[in-house]
Amino acid sequence: MSIEKSKSPIHSVTRMTSKPVLYSYYRSSASYRVRIALQVKGIDYEYKAVSLIKDGGEQYKEEYKKLNPMGQVPTLVIDGHTLVQSLPIIEYLDETRPSPRLLPEDPAGRVKVRSLAEIVNSGIQPLQNLPVLKKVGDDQKLEWAKYWIERGFKALETSLQETAGKYSFKDEVTMADLCLVPQVYNALRFGIDMSEFPTIHKVYDALVTLEAFKAAHPSNQPDTPADQKP
Amino acid sequence: MLKEVFPCLLSWPSYRRFRRATIRLGHVALNLEHYRHTKKRSDKKMAAEGRNVKPILYSFFRSSAAWRVRIALAMKGIDYDYREVHLRKDGGQQRTEEYRKLNPMEQVPTLIIDGHTLFQSLPICEYLEETRPEVPLLPKDPAVRAKARALAEIINSGIQPLQNVNVRNKVGEEKAHEWVKYWIERGFTALEKALQETAGKYCIGDKVTLPDLFLVPQIYHAQRVDLDMSQFPTIKRIDAALSEIDAFKTAHAIRQPDTPPDERPSSKT
Repeated sequence: MSIEKSKSPIHSVTRMTSKPVLYSYYRSSASYRVRIALQVKGIDYEYKAVSLIKDGGEQYKEEYKKLNPMGQVPTLVIDGHTLVQSLPIIEYLDETRPSPRLLPEDPAGRVKVRSLAEIVNSGIQPLQNLPVLKKVGDDQKLEWAKYWIERGFKALETSLQETAGKYSFKDEVTMADLCLVPQVYNALRFGIDMSEFPTIHKVYDALVTLEAFKAAHPSNQPDTPADQKP
Repeated sequence: MLKEVFPCLLSWPSYRRFRRATIRLGHVALNLEHYRHTKKRSDKKMAAEGRNVKPILYSFFRSSAAWRVRIALAMKGIDYDYREVHLRKDGGQQRTEEYRKLNPMEQVPTLIIDGHTLFQSLPICEYLEETRPEVPLLPKDPAVRAKARALAEIINSGIQPLQNVNVRNKVGEEKAHEWVKYWIERGFTALEKALQETAGKYCIGDKVTLPDLFLVPQIYHAQRVDLDMSQFPTIKRIDAALSEIDAFKTAHAIRQPDTPPDERPSSKT
């Protein structure tokens, strides 16, 4: 382990440079977002798989809950800190490794990007994640998930019609895109008709061709089941 | 007749006085006109940017998300116009065509400020933080900022979306109470653990930060479903400390323009 000075113009600290460790599940939206961020910023990391299915869910084990009290993925151990919650993690990465940026410089642009991200992060994803679907029950979970995704996507589609260029916000990849792609991946799994959301679909198609997004895709992870690898 | 109309033509000196006066008046008039024109243009620009205009907050007295923004505005001393959006009346006023143009998620709050229409409480709070940095609500250190944001998100995406009015409507009256209690208890169990590491007087050390704005409204909703708060001593302690702060009192659900009379504090308190 060596020590090097941070090159961050915002906060000059001395950082330990042991590789960051990401606790992730291949198909978790929130993990997927952070994987994309790490790829976009060219940050090499160690992948530690946390199966949300095996043994009733490895995220509930006492050892893991010490890292992440919500019993969720992702958790990112970086610079000697244990970080939880995907959007705060992405904001931390953007503040400490500002290039390439994932949030615009001006407050008006930043608030728009954050709002688009939150439409997904708090408006859609929590309502169709594993614990909620378990609570809703097997016979209702598909209809439930589709309902909330469609509802959220209607709002996102309207918002994107104002903000989108090549990507969610103008022509640069932002935190909003990191939330959009995993949510569309989920939507497709639940059989949502994406033709109702042409802007979302167009932005999604543009993003998934990018190398960082490909590398972060659920089909390319160490814990991707063999039958889901390309 | 000419002399009546143009008395200046009576004599040369008289004409010269008249001419000088007119030129001076003309300059004044021109300057005045220029001033008015420039001020009008500047006012229009500032109005377009919304900076001269009082912010407008679309809110419901009991909405957690609106409440958080009310606290932020109060902490930063920002005066604003309050516009009620009743989430139950008329099938929910947030569902009208007119309101949906402001907020496509059909939710409160929406904040109109500096010529922008903002929605989503956490981004709104971050915007206020970046544009009005006096009375900061986030620490400077990126790692501590990440902790503050994570605590806020435990509530913002981990608890509140699972117990808001839309979800309660979907789950149905019969099951709503148990459903809401379940998700708040689950989230508070995690939050209590996380706070044991970070809390001082408030969520992060001894200064009010973003997660404090999220905590108080969530506790209010926990109490409405009779959640046993004695399981969460750190959360309870912080709530008590925050309730002493003026900005938190001002922003409380019991003190809003649209708070029903039977929910207002009694005259004795």
